[in-house]
Amino acid sequence: MQQQNSRFFFNVDWITILIYMALCAIGFVNIFSVRFDPDTSTAFNFSDEYGKQLIFVISALILGLSILLLDAKFFSVFAPIVYGITIIMLMAVLVVGRNVGGNQAWIPIGSFRLQPSEFAKFGTALLLARYISSFNVKLNTLKPILICAAIIILPMALIMLQPDAGSMLVFLSFMFPLYREGLPGNLLIIFWGAVLLFILNLFVAPAMLIFAILAIGALFAYNARKKIRRVVNIGIITIAAIAYLFVAKFVFENVLKPHQRTRIELILGLTTDNRGAGYNVRQSKIAIGAGQLTGRGFLEGTQTKFGYVPAQSTDFIFSTIGEEWGFIGCFVVIGLYCFLLLRIINMAERQRSAFSRVYGYSIACILFFHVFINVGMTIGIMPVIGIPLPFISYGGSSLWSFTILLFIFLKLDSNRMGFI
Amino acid sequence: MDQLFNRKYIIQGLFVLLALILLGRLFYIQVASDKYFLDANNNALKKQFIYPARGVIVDRNGKVLAQNQPTYDLMVTPNEVKPFDTLSLCRIIGIDMTEFREKFRKAKVYSRYQASIFQKLLSVETYATLQERMANYKGFDVQKRTIRYYPDSISGQLLGYIKEVNQREIEKYQGYYRPGDYIGKSGLEKQYEVDLRGQKGIKRILYNVHNVAQGSYAEGRFDSLAVAGEQLTTTIDVELQKLGEQLLANKLGSIVAIEPSTGEILAFVSSPGYDPNKMVGRETGKNYQQISSNPYRPLFVRPIKGRYSPGSAFKPLDALIALQDGVIDPNTTFNCPGYYQAGNRRFKCEHVDGNIALRKGIARSCNTYFWTIFAKMMVKKGLKSQNQHKAYDEWQEKVRKFGIGDTLGIDFPGESAYKLFTADDYTKRYSKYWGYTTILSVGIGQGEVTTTPLQMANIMAIIANRGYYVKPHLVKGIGNDKHIDNKYKEKHYVGIDAKYFEPVIDGMQDAVNTSIGTATESRIPGVLMCGKTGTVQNVHGKNHSVFIGFAPRENPKIAIAVIVENGGYGGAYAAPIASFITEKYLTDSLKGRRINGATVEQYKADNLLPVLKDKLPTKLKLKVDSSKVDTTKQKAPIKPVPAKQLNQNAILPRKNATAK
Repeated sequence: MQQQNSRFFFNVDWITILIYMALCAIGFVNIFSVRFDPDTSTAFNFSDEYGKQLIFVISALILGLSILLLDAKFFSVFAPIVYGITIIMLMAVLVVGRNVGGNQAWIPIGSFRLQPSEFAKFGTALLLARYISSFNVKLNTLKPILICAAIIILPMALIMLQPDAGSMLVFLSFMFPLYREGLPGNLLIIFWGAVLLFILNLFVAPAMLIFAILAIGALFAYNARKKIRRVVNIGIITIAAIAYLFVAKFVFENVLKPHQRTRIELILGLTTDNRGAGYNVRQSKIAIGAGQLTGRGFLEGTQTKFGYVPAQSTDFIFSTIGEEWGFIGCFVVIGLYCFLLLRIINMAERQRSAFSRVYGYSIACILFFHVFINVGMTIGIMPVIGIPLPFISYGGSSLWSFTILLFIFLKLDSNRMGFI
Repeated sequence: MDQLFNRKYIIQGLFVLLALILLGRLFYIQVASDKYFLDANNNALKKQFIYPARGVIVDRNGKVLAQNQPTYDLMVTPNEVKPFDTLSLCRIIGIDMTEFREKFRKAKVYSRYQASIFQKLLSVETYATLQERMANYKGFDVQKRTIRYYPDSISGQLLGYIKEVNQREIEKYQGYYRPGDYIGKSGLEKQYEVDLRGQKGIKRILYNVHNVAQGSYAEGRFDSLAVAGEQLTTTIDVELQKLGEQLLANKLGSIVAIEPSTGEILAFVSSPGYDPNKMVGRETGKNYQQISSNPYRPLFVRPIKGRYSPGSAFKPLDALIALQDGVIDPNTTFNCPGYYQAGNRRFKCEHVDGNIALRKGIARSCNTYFWTIFAKMMVKKGLKSQNQHKAYDEWQEKVRKFGIGDTLGIDFPGESAYKLFTADDYTKRYSKYWGYTTILSVGIGQGEVTTTPLQMANIMAIIANRGYYVKPHLVKGIGNDKHIDNKYKEKHYVGIDAKYFEPVIDGMQDAVNTSIGTATESRIPGVLMCGKTGTVQNVHGKNHSVFIGFAPRENPKIAIAVIVENGGYGGAYAAPIASFITEKYLTDSLKGRRINGATVEQYKADNLLPVLKDKLPTKLKLKVDSSKVDTTKQKAPIKPVPAKQLNQNAILPRKNATAK
């Protein structure tokens, strides 16, 4: 027993846990800064957001450590059940959920609110890992790809019904673990190419776009001029791309309902109303810019202190870091994330089981998607789609779900020598 | 599997690339650009200004001309207002319910969280009543500020008024003023704005997103205190000024009195004027409308803008230049047969004086005498046109030294510069063959010679000083150390030797103090006044009465110019009015009557306002009396003016004005 214990502690990747704890601490400090007003409150208040966040962090840590105590085989075995539970929760929220800000995304439990879409992430990650790691699945054939797509799309569809576009889009990050496991790169290129064309189609003149596609096609064709077959393929793709433009335009303008169009435009930031998201981004940029190189210091940010940035403890928490800790603070935070994510990828690669590897890639990509979109929206280069900054944003559901995501992987990693 | 393992690097590369994009953007927002930093300060950091008290304006003896008085504004912060008895509040501040609702709506539109003015300028009594009940009106507050108060209600034009700044002034003063600030718009308030206003204090205050103040920025390290405006000690004697305004009541005209040795202006009267207190307080807008549309133009500052031919008042100057030129000496005698013969033209003199020399020429204001010396000056280089032109140019250069043809540089905004013709100007007008006969009227101060009352008074200061003047000015000292610009201390010599002044002054003394003089109405018992009357032709109506002079003869204390529009000949109004001012200044009393038997009260009471044909606010339109050909001064009784030409209240010139 003793031997087992020491091996357990030896095998857990403590560096990752340290980074995790550092990020949680950064989150707490900045939420404290947003919420704590030294002029009116003197004592630490557990009913305010910063007080609750402290409870969330402690409980998340306990949750994480208890996950480490579970048997590693548990996750693989119970993956379908976990997935099933999260799907049921996603359905339940549509019935019993509380509507907050237009999204029916919350199940009230006591004084806390549970957000099933947060937990759907690791349910999906687990099932995906389980399926891909199962015998004889090759991701360069059609059937497994379709099954994977189904696993991913089911929760997406349910989340879209809430509707919570931000959380839904997070599931796109599963594409990258699939890519790692053999999904043809061309498929990825075609998908993102289609997305890109769809977006460009909305605000670039069609003639320009067609010309650009033809030019790129011609360039590729010229490169491959010795191989007639490839030239033909390129020609087909080029024509298909142009045809796609018209179809996309038609679908956008005639098939989609007005509110769906508005939603897409909002996601893409094409319509920025200055009262809504546009105002948030403007104020967030001002707060971050006010930090300059070294920041204004803890509790010294005027934009933070005086409530200029809406939703600053949740989605826009990064603006507090930017204002009070400056570029240096931002650099440290983004550096920590990068270090963590690259480390998770490296750890995933050292797994003996495909299950652990796929799972590792999944959480790295999910985390990265969150970080990139969230930070990107606070500085105005990504649309405002309301997804939290992992470990830092205020909120129990997101913190717990990210903790579960990460600690399941740490458990799998600590057990990497064993068979699952 | 190896091939797939490489995909790790693609994914990791993607992570790093995108992270670098974020960092690049952050670097731009936070370090490379300061736009957002400045925006943040605009968001949260607001400057609150503390307004200092405006400088007090006092007269030369320390009597207050303009001071500050407290006033109270009722402020409201809409979101703090609790239901209350609106009717009682309305009654106290004197508005009705509809007005109340409208004001409250406006305040809410301005801001729910910030106080804004609900009712401006409450009286002290209203304030007292309100103060007792303030507890009933939650969300309302009274804010104190100061406005101008003028204890004597005199000299509106001199002091000027203050009003909210306009965009041009904000730009001119490069950011000192903010919309809503007050600034001196005219008169001394404008001229000495920078000294009077003091320095605003700045408090930097942090505001939250609802615009509620959150305390001072950086513990007030960058705040500054307000510096009170400096006291302005004017050169004006308030008693003289008051007397002057009373004497010119219901008349159009100016009085300028200067202390010759210093150039300090003792009285600066422009009539009609206005009560400066009317430009303060709640009624300002209405009053301003009224004042600015008054057809007699109370906003027109006559002493520095009024344009008058000096007429006979110019003759002493003429004589001085002739003496300096050596064209005449004090004993040079000319014959006045009652006219002046120039070629085949005769110019009429009003009296036949026979052989006449300088002293009598001035005392009698003999046109023939001055035409003769003017002609002599013009032809001293020869009779050819070019030579006369050269002589004229030399002459007008000498006239210029007396401060004519340009501004004098008084410390008051808006001084007009009236042109003095050069030979070239005349050539342009008359082609090149003009000679002294063409411009003979210039020799007696008419035609193209025009001056302001200030310039006339300054000429007297020059004669009183025997050859120099100090730029006339209205402020003796700024602040506690009473500093003024050095340019108001310099002596400007006019290029005439002191010895030439005595014979001229002899003539001026005789004009007042002998029976043959033209200015006997300005004779003051016990004071040796020297002066000269003038009668300025007025094509629009009755002639303007002019008097210039100084007193006493030795060591003069006061030089004065008085113009009374439509006052008739110089002795009728200008001379006695000047004498009252002089007497008051020199003896601090007003004893008895003038030689014509009139008292100071009679002059105060006379109304000479012309009847206005139509109410054009900017131009006086008078009926032109074609019978008026009186081009020169005369001692003869003035013809009664047809009553229709004068106001109903106008009093005709006194019959006894002819008495000697």
